[in-house]
Amino acid sequence: MKLPGTPYKDVDLKEGRIPYVEDKPDAKYRFSAGIAMSRFLEELKNGRIMGLKCLNCGRIYVPPRTFCSYCFKPTSEWVQVKDTGIVNTAVVSYIAADRGRMDKPLVVAVIELDGASPGMGILHKLGNVDPEDVKNGKIFGKRVRAVWRPEEERTGSITDILYFEPMEGD
Amino acid sequence: MARMNINFKNRVAVIGAGLTLFRRRMYETTRELAWEAAKQALDNAGLTLRDIDAVVLGTAPDAFDGIHMQGEHMTDAAGGYMKPYTRVFVGGGTGVFAAIAGWWHVASGLFDRVLVVAEEKMSTVRPHPQYVFHHIFDPIMDKPLGVNLIWIFALEMARYMYKYNIKKEDIALVSVKNKRNALDHPAAQVAAKITVEDVLNSEVLVWPVQRLDISPVSDGAAAIVLTNEEYAKQYTDTPVWIEGVGWSLDTTYWTNRDLAFPKYLYYAGKMAYKMAGIDNPRKEIDVAEVYDPFDYKELHHMEGLQLARKGEAPILTREGVTERDGDLPINPSGGLLGVGNPIAAAGLMKVAEIFWQLRKEAGKRQVAKDPVTGLAQAWGDLMQIGTVVIMRV
Repeated sequence: MKLPGTPYKDVDLKEGRIPYVEDKPDAKYRFSAGIAMSRFLEELKNGRIMGLKCLNCGRIYVPPRTFCSYCFKPTSEWVQVKDTGIVNTAVVSYIAADRGRMDKPLVVAVIELDGASPGMGILHKLGNVDPEDVKNGKIFGKRVRAVWRPEEERTGSITDILYFEPMEGD
Repeated sequence: MARMNINFKNRVAVIGAGLTLFRRRMYETTRELAWEAAKQALDNAGLTLRDIDAVVLGTAPDAFDGIHMQGEHMTDAAGGYMKPYTRVFVGGGTGVFAAIAGWWHVASGLFDRVLVVAEEKMSTVRPHPQYVFHHIFDPIMDKPLGVNLIWIFALEMARYMYKYNIKKEDIALVSVKNKRNALDHPAAQVAAKITVEDVLNSEVLVWPVQRLDISPVSDGAAAIVLTNEEYAKQYTDTPVWIEGVGWSLDTTYWTNRDLAFPKYLYYAGKMAYKMAGIDNPRKEIDVAEVYDPFDYKELHHMEGLQLARKGEAPILTREGVTERDGDLPINPSGGLLGVGNPIAAAGLMKVAEIFWQLRKEAGKRQVAKDPVTGLAQAWGDLMQIGTVVIMRV
């Protein structure tokens, strides 16, 4: 069975064998942070991680959202969760967002924060972790704590936390 | 879970399917590719566009094609000129979801004959589609950390490996199997005879994900023709019935999910099984095309679909159960890992493969057992939707 379609190679483009036009959209976006995340970002400046609690089922959401996915009721109570937690999963990245190789591998993880409901993890970087301990599984289930940017340098961003690092004695 | 309403008016049959080649770069535009696949499917079914009452198009993020509202751009190319025409989009789940949407068009009694087309062109975006994927993430929580798409897969794969003590060697077997199966597929882009060592020695992108754990970037299109029972019997002696459909979405907050078990798919599967009257999927499904953009995802999805117990899919794979001559052949087409991954088209290619398998028209790819019931599945949005169709002869 012969199927339709005409493949070409990148070199065909470079050497002018494939007619084409180019376009470079220059769209920029400004996301209003919204009711739940505005408070979350403001509190990061104070070194606090905030969640929102559903008073119907008791779930504490991190990142916070204004309604409960299960009950579909407002989550009306702010709760400060800890800046410590457990590594749910971790990986070693050798590539950047554009697929280019990174100079130095980066360890990233999903961290379940203490004080949030079970399974409410957040994405962040891990520091002071040997990539080998990711590959051999040792980092899984380990306790970690946030390393914050100095207060005067915080901007109200998730990057106000520089990374999470393993806690001593764990 | 609320009780599903599974009442519908018409039984729905697949009566034809068509594909283009799947390749890294195609000269044809998105419109030209869609037309080629649609034409193939109509020819295969023995219909012309005049016979078609409505058209469903599936295509994934506009950012790949660089044309915003790609659905409208494709209208006539998909056969939708001056007809009731609908684009559906659930990311990677789109290809199978397009078949589901086509199904409800006919099952509802609103239309008798529907053309379903899925198309993707990923080669347009420069320098690499990876960068577009960066923009599917939450701009507040995830993007400032420099997230790339492979992170989320790697984090899920690592959690799955950790929870069930699964070795990379066993996961790599999926890539080996699917790339080998694809050697017999006429559309295949990355069919190859490779070994587990080749996978383990390939470039590490985000450990544990390596180059050969992943499906490629692709261009391509696929199409199927659906009709009600009356027309199906008029057009063909060998209709393949869609007996169950299901879909379900998990939260967009992916770091809040159970990363070791795809719950979204468990619910989607339950819905489809109930509709098809299937109590024991492992025994009653004869052949399945499960979504395999990554090798671990085939295993993950087998478990979500209850085709294997939790943590058992790698064992079934190692024992050869999922080979074409096994008891439960998985991805006899070669899947996304072997045939390629033009996103929406790849999902519909899976529906087409089950159509051919159940008709015993899969040629060298035909599974050894005598298949009566097959399943096709895809996965997508922010890794949170399961889309399932169950087909029977």
